[in-house]
Amino acid sequence: MTTLLDVQSLYHEFGAAHAVENVSLKIEAGSYTVLLGPSGSGKTTVLSILGGFLKPTQGRVFINGVDCTNLPPAKRPTATVFQDYALFPHMTIGNNVAFGLRMRGLAKDVRLKKVRDMLQIVGLDTSFDKKPHQLSGGQRQRVALARALIVEPSLLLLDEPLGALDLKLRRTMQDELKAIQRRVGTAFVHVTHDQEEAMALADHIVVMNNGRIEDQGAPERVYGRPATIFTATFMGESTVIPASETAAGQVHTSIGVFNCSYAKPVQFLAIRPEHVKLGGSIPVEIVEVVYQGSFKRVAAVARNDASIRILCRVSADAQVSIGENTTVGFDQAHLIALDGPH
Amino acid sequence: MKPISIIYAAALYVFIFLPVAVLVLFSFQSTMFPIPPLNGLSLRWYVAVLNDARLTSALLNSVAVALLTSALATLLGFLSAWGFARFYLPASVWLRGFITLPLTVSYLIIGMGLLIFFNWLGLPKSLLAVGIGHVVINLPLCFAVIYSQMGENQANIERAARDLGAGELQVLSLITAPMLWPAVFASFFLSMTFSWDEFVISFLLTRFETTLPVEIWNLLRAGLNPKTNAVGSLVFGVSVLLAIVFELFAFRKKPQ
Amino acid sequence: MAVASLFPQGGEGLGLANYSQFFTTRSYWLALVNSLQVTLGVTLISVVLAYPFAWILAFAVPERWQRLALMLAVLPFWTSYVVRSYSWLLVLAENGVINKTLMMVGVLSQPVQLANTRLATIIGFVHFFVMLLTLTIYANLKQLSPNYGKAAADLGASPVQAFIHVILPLTFPGIMVGAFLTFVLAIGDYITPQILGGNNELLMPQLIMMQIGRRGDFASASALSIILMAVVTLAYLACSRWLKIERA
Repeated sequence: MTTLLDVQSLYHEFGAAHAVENVSLKIEAGSYTVLLGPSGSGKTTVLSILGGFLKPTQGRVFINGVDCTNLPPAKRPTATVFQDYALFPHMTIGNNVAFGLRMRGLAKDVRLKKVRDMLQIVGLDTSFDKKPHQLSGGQRQRVALARALIVEPSLLLLDEPLGALDLKLRRTMQDELKAIQRRVGTAFVHVTHDQEEAMALADHIVVMNNGRIEDQGAPERVYGRPATIFTATFMGESTVIPASETAAGQVHTSIGVFNCSYAKPVQFLAIRPEHVKLGGSIPVEIVEVVYQGSFKRVAAVARNDASIRILCRVSADAQVSIGENTTVGFDQAHLIALDGPH
Repeated sequence: MKPISIIYAAALYVFIFLPVAVLVLFSFQSTMFPIPPLNGLSLRWYVAVLNDARLTSALLNSVAVALLTSALATLLGFLSAWGFARFYLPASVWLRGFITLPLTVSYLIIGMGLLIFFNWLGLPKSLLAVGIGHVVINLPLCFAVIYSQMGENQANIERAARDLGAGELQVLSLITAPMLWPAVFASFFLSMTFSWDEFVISFLLTRFETTLPVEIWNLLRAGLNPKTNAVGSLVFGVSVLLAIVFELFAFRKKPQ
Repeated sequence: MAVASLFPQGGEGLGLANYSQFFTTRSYWLALVNSLQVTLGVTLISVVLAYPFAWILAFAVPERWQRLALMLAVLPFWTSYVVRSYSWLLVLAENGVINKTLMMVGVLSQPVQLANTRLATIIGFVHFFVMLLTLTIYANLKQLSPNYGKAAADLGASPVQAFIHVILPLTFPGIMVGAFLTFVLAIGDYITPQILGGNNELLMPQLIMMQIGRRGDFASASALSIILMAVVTLAYLACSRWLKIERA
C-alpha cells in the first residue's frame, strides 16, 4: 500500500478565524476517503487546499511524494467535482468531458474515443450532443464525474456531490460512485455532512469539527468505538453519561457501576441506542416516543439522575407510552469509554 | 494586483475624469477663458450663475418638471403594471410591447413625433408640452421596473390578504403599494434622473420658458466660457451630493 | 395615449417623395453612412476598452474596495450629458487644454485641430459608453459562478485558455446587450456630434434636426427618422439571439 496523499500539519486562516487547524492525514492509493463534518468544520477548506484553489497558511501537501503545496490546480494531479457541477453551459456534453484532454493537446480523434468510452462508463453514451441544461441533476453529476476522471488524476476530489439530489436518487448515485471508483481505481476524497453517506461509501472516514480532525479510521471502528464525544454524537446517536474511574477498571456513574477498560482516564461513557433494550437494571421514565417505520426511537430519563437522558431503540410494534415507568439495560461490552470533550 | 492592471485601470480613470476635472478646475478661473494657464482662483463665475435670472428660473423649471412628471409617470406605471399583472387583458403581449416601445426609440424621434402631434393639436411649445413628453419617456421605464417585481410571490401575498378579508382598494393601498416600495422608489428616482438631464425633447418643445439643459446649451453658443464651467460644476456637484445621500439612505434602510 | 403620437406622420403625406429624396441626395445618404461608421466604431472601441476595465474592477480589486472603485469609475456619469460633452470641448478645442498645454510645453508650435472633427465625436461618445459598459460588464462578470473558472483551471487550462474557451463565451450575451444599447443610444444622439463634431460632417440626428430647425420640413425629418428607426430595428434583429428579454 503506497501513500498517495500526505497532508502535514495544515493550517488555514480566514482573517482571524482558524478554518483549519493542525490537520494531518495520509491517504492510500485506490482508497475511498470521506471527509465528514457539519458546516463550518473546515472540510471544504481542506478539499480546496488539496485541489490547489487555496494556499494553506501553514503546512504541506505531498502527492505521490511531490510537494504540491504551491502548485496551481492546473499543474496538480488532482481533479475536482464541484458542488454545482460547473458544467460549461455553452458546450455540449461531449465537449465538456473532452475539455481537459483538449487542454492537454490531445488530437481530436483520440479525444473523441476517450470521451465516448468515459461516457459509457458513467452510463451517458447517448448524451454526447446534448447541452447541460437538457439533463437532469443526476445526469449532470455523472457528466461532472466523467469530465474529471478522463484526465486520469491521481486524486479525485468531490465537494458534496450528492447534496442537490433527493433521497432515492442519492442512494442510487452512492452505489454508482462506489462502483465507478472500484472500476477506475482512482483514489477519491469525498466531502459530505451526511454520515450515512460517509459510512456507505468510505474505506476511510475523517471526522472533522471546528477545523480539527476529531477521529479517523474505518467506518466500523469510527462508528463502533468513536474516539471523541463529538464523533459519538455526530456519527449516529449516543447516550453520553459523565463517569469517573475507580480502582482497577471499574467505572462509576450516577446510574450504576460498570466494567470498562480504556487507555486514558475515563470521563464519559457512551452507548448507542441500538444496544439499549427495554428491560434491565436501570429504572427510567419514558419521555418521548417517535415512530420511524422500522423501529421506534425512545428517549427515557433515568430515575436515579434526571439529567441523564437515555436513547434506545425498540421494535416498531412494541407497546410503549410517554410517562410509563420501566427499565432499560445493555451489554457492558458495548460501552464506549471517552476521555472528555475536545 | 498586477502592475499592468494598475496601469490600465489608472489610465482609464484618468481618461474618465479628465474632462470633468478640467470643467471643475477652470470654473474657478479668474480670467475670461476657461483654458490654461490657470490665472488664480475666483468664485466670480459662480456668482454670475446665481445672479443669472434665466439660469435660475431654468433650474426651477427643471426641478418642477422632473418632480411632477416622475410622480405622474410612477403612478401611471404602477397602475398599468398592476392592471397587467392582475387582470387578464386581451392581446396582453402586444399591449405590453406597445407600452415599452418608447424605450427603444431615440428621444429625438419621440420629441419630433410629439412636436408634430402637438402642432396638429394646436398645443403651443411650453413646459407643459415638455412635461407630457417626459411622462411619455418615463412611463415605460416605470412600468417595466414595477411590472418585473409583480411576480408570483407578490400575487400570493395579495391572495393571503384577500383571504383575510381585505377589499380591493385596501389590498392595493395597504399591501401592494408598500411591498413594492423599492420598485416604486427606484422608478421615481430613475425618472427624476432622466427627466432632469433630458435635453432633446425639452429643446424641441419649449420656446421661452425652458429647462436647465436647454439653457446651458444656449450658453454654449457663446463658446468656451467659465460661466458655463460654473453652472456645469454646480449641476455635477448637486448630482454627486444626491447620489451620496441616496447611497447612505439606501444603506440605512437595510435592517428591516 | 400619447404613445400613439410617437409615430411621426408625414413621410406618407407627401407620398414616398421624401424617401426617394433620401436615397438620391448624396448628402443625406452620406449622413447615414457617417452615422453607421461612427456608431459601429464607437461601439467596438468602447467594448474593447471597457471589458478589461470591468474585469480588473471585478476580479483584481480587493472585494471591499470594489463598490467604491466602481462608483468612482462612473462618477462623471453624473454630470449633465450636455455639460459632459462641453467638457470635452474644453479639452479638445483649438485653445483648449490639450493644445494650450502642448504649446506651453513646447511640443507644438501651432494648435492642432481636434474639435469639430469625427475624432472628437468618437472620443466624446467613447467616454460616455466606456462608463456605461463598465457598469454592465462588471455586473455580468460578478454574477458568473467562480466555479467555472476554477473547473477550467482544474482541468489544465492556462488563464488565457480559460478566458477564451469558458469566460468569454459565457459573458458574450451580456456584452452583446451592452453593445446593442451603445449602438442604439449613440446612433440616435444629437448632442455629442453637434457639440464636438460640429457641422463639417453631419450625422443622422444632426440632419434630422436641421430639417426641423432650419427648414421647418417636418415631413422630410419624419422620413429620415423612420429610416433611422429601421436601421435600429435591423440591428435588433441581428442581435436578437442574445437579446432575449425575460420576466423575473
